[in-house]
Amino acid sequence: MTEPSLDTLGALVGEHRTAVTIDPDELPMNARAALDAGFRLALVAGHDDGPWLRAVYLFTAAAPDRRIELHVPLDKSRPELPSLAGLSFPAGRFEREMRDLFGIQPVGHPAPQRLVRHFHWPKGWHPMLHDAGEPPAFGDVEGPYPFREVEGPGVYEIPVGPVHAGLIEPGHFRFSVVGETILKLKARLWFVHKGLEKLFEGQLPETAIELAERVSGDTAIGHSLAFCRAVGDAHGLTVSLEAHRIRAVLLEMERLYNHVTDIGALCNDVGHAILNAHAQRLRERLLRINDRVTGHRLLRGALHPGGVRIRELPNPVELRAVGADAAEIVDLALANTVVADRFTGTAVLTAEQANDLGALGYVARASGLAVDARRDHPIPGVAPPTTHAHTEGDVLSRFLVRADEISTSIELITQLTGQLGGRTDVSMAMLDPPGSTRSGVGIVEGWRGTIVHRVELAADGTLSRVKIVDPSFHNWPALPVALADTIVPDFPLVNKSFNLSYAGNDL
Amino acid sequence: MQALLVVAVAPLLVGLMRQIRARLEGRAGAGVAQPWRDLRKLLRKERIAPRGTSEVFRAAPLVLVATTLVVAVVAPFVTTASAIDPVADLFAVVALLALGTVALALAGLDTGTAFGGMGASREMTIIALVEPTMLVAIVALSVRAGSTNLATIVSSTLHDPARLVSPASLLAAAALVVVIVAETGRLPVDNPSTHLELSMVHEAMVLEYAGPDLALIELASAMRLTVFLGLLANLFLPWGIATTATPLALLLGVLALLVKIALLGAVLAAGEVFLAKLRLFRVPELLAGSFVLALLAVAASFFLA
Repeated sequence: MTEPSLDTLGALVGEHRTAVTIDPDELPMNARAALDAGFRLALVAGHDDGPWLRAVYLFTAAAPDRRIELHVPLDKSRPELPSLAGLSFPAGRFEREMRDLFGIQPVGHPAPQRLVRHFHWPKGWHPMLHDAGEPPAFGDVEGPYPFREVEGPGVYEIPVGPVHAGLIEPGHFRFSVVGETILKLKARLWFVHKGLEKLFEGQLPETAIELAERVSGDTAIGHSLAFCRAVGDAHGLTVSLEAHRIRAVLLEMERLYNHVTDIGALCNDVGHAILNAHAQRLRERLLRINDRVTGHRLLRGALHPGGVRIRELPNPVELRAVGADAAEIVDLALANTVVADRFTGTAVLTAEQANDLGALGYVARASGLAVDARRDHPIPGVAPPTTHAHTEGDVLSRFLVRADEISTSIELITQLTGQLGGRTDVSMAMLDPPGSTRSGVGIVEGWRGTIVHRVELAADGTLSRVKIVDPSFHNWPALPVALADTIVPDFPLVNKSFNLSYAGNDL
Repeated sequence: MQALLVVAVAPLLVGLMRQIRARLEGRAGAGVAQPWRDLRKLLRKERIAPRGTSEVFRAAPLVLVATTLVVAVVAPFVTTASAIDPVADLFAVVALLALGTVALALAGLDTGTAFGGMGASREMTIIALVEPTMLVAIVALSVRAGSTNLATIVSSTLHDPARLVSPASLLAAAALVVVIVAETGRLPVDNPSTHLELSMVHEAMVLEYAGPDLALIELASAMRLTVFLGLLANLFLPWGIATTATPLALLLGVLALLVKIALLGAVLAAGEVFLAKLRLFRVPELLAGSFVLALLAVAASFFLA
């Protein structure tokens, strides 16, 4: 068999997207060819097609925007795939997720422990299969899954969570430390599987948009826009430039309020509460602008698959005033020698580590990787913004990337509102049933990083499968790597500098 | 009487400091009396202790309160004419305060949780550097007075205010301020308002306490802060303290003490607004610096006398 050529791989099935159906044996060869050609594994989804199962691997590449899908049908009696964990770290985690949800076994996986499976689900129950039914009563624990013990003189363990002192979602962290220095950290998440992807099934896209907005509370626009673009891709919709621009404005508004919050929270975590108080003031101001723009403080309800409807465009003058205040907070923080000392050199994630782990968003950009879906998978009619990269990979870089992106977002919003000239309602009629099964992919740079949604539509227009990949899924493994040799009291600060989503991760 | 005053004022001092911080940060704040309301709430709750803890855990809050009370009774806050004057020895007072800290650290270890142990280990690191500094700094002052009795030191300063501006006394004051900040768990050494369990020092040790026990600890912590600020005030600004036991002099002493403590607390709280918390490994550097200051103060008081 010859090396597959990426140019002729399969038929065009959507926006910049080709798909090919292959046998399980051909998977590693094709995946290797894609990865070698600079593609990144953006999404792996299992599907229950009734008589058989199917795994879909989505590879994406930038400049130009290219997307390749590998479809691997699997026999339901023996659903096995050769593991790609040796080729790509994210692939290994996607395979574990798919195994837990669909029972598709990755053969030859080096660390085949459960990933998203709840600790107490009975063995052999896979929630995403069509015949899974209602969640069963918690049964026997599935096999032991011990933490790796670090041994040596003076080594001890600190278990933290899953219930924490603050109002945060559940996550169990186990630190192996000597004195105050972290030797190894293991984060175990996935305590609150919500069955979100299953909830999408059978719904019309017009109603499912509300679900997409609630994937992660602080990323309403990021996830719903990725969902809208995926549905649009599946329907072959041509969305007008105005609609694209208004959507881009909303996406940047979301980035603004979240980055401002993070800037303040990072200062608060080193005990510099006054800057947090001011950042909170700015956040409130931005939320009120959001309320005026969309009628909802967290920007819900504006997007729909065919277009977008807002009340008014944000006022660039007001946003520039907020931007100036945010810049002042950043300057004050870095002028404080103690704050600067706490940020600098703390928890370094090198570019190589970030690249190997498949990190995304500001985490990757703070380590010097220029990944940004706004540039890599541009929205038509929206000029890609300058991507800010800092190369140190420490808390300071993650702080500065956010600070830079605040001003860039404001510039972008100013530019877009100028182009729009007051247009606020770009709606389209309801979507017609496509008449055949379709698939679509939506890629959006949410404030945390690249969000990918892949939808499949049934002939009657209802959703038969929605797969969501939040950037947190890729970035969570980077946190323990960055924390090696950091001291325990710095963990909260480092954790905040990553600020990963539990909800977007544990669907 | 002094002890009652300290007990009554301590929570108000904490409330005042929180209120000042809140106002400077643009928040409304909970009011000066909030710590007293918190204590009332906690005291009404039932006592509860984690499984597997021993008498050490139960006794620690009492020891902490008792040691602080004794210091509050004997140290020269309102008057230099204390009833049990000989106890107000420099070494006795510092040792009593250290005893309270050690009791709490032992209680932290007794819970057997990772956080209790972690907090205790951090607190011991800090106290090992704080105690010698405090002793040395006050010794620098006692050299001139010729006695380690705190009341004697205070009254001798009162008779000869000029020595306050001597290098020895200024250096000792700087050293004492740093160690008091460290000992009472304020910024930049510890953050009393954090909810991040992994970065706590004092709070990590008391994480397992609840109800009346927690109330005792909160009260004792507030009293310790008051005691430390009172000592600082009277060692370096002794004016107003009663030298005789007449009612008028005592009243004046009380008022002077309140004003001084409130002022020091306000300055400390205002300063905290501009500070951030030091990396834990930088704390020993700060404390070592203050120890050097204290040592210089002693040297200066011998050589420049």
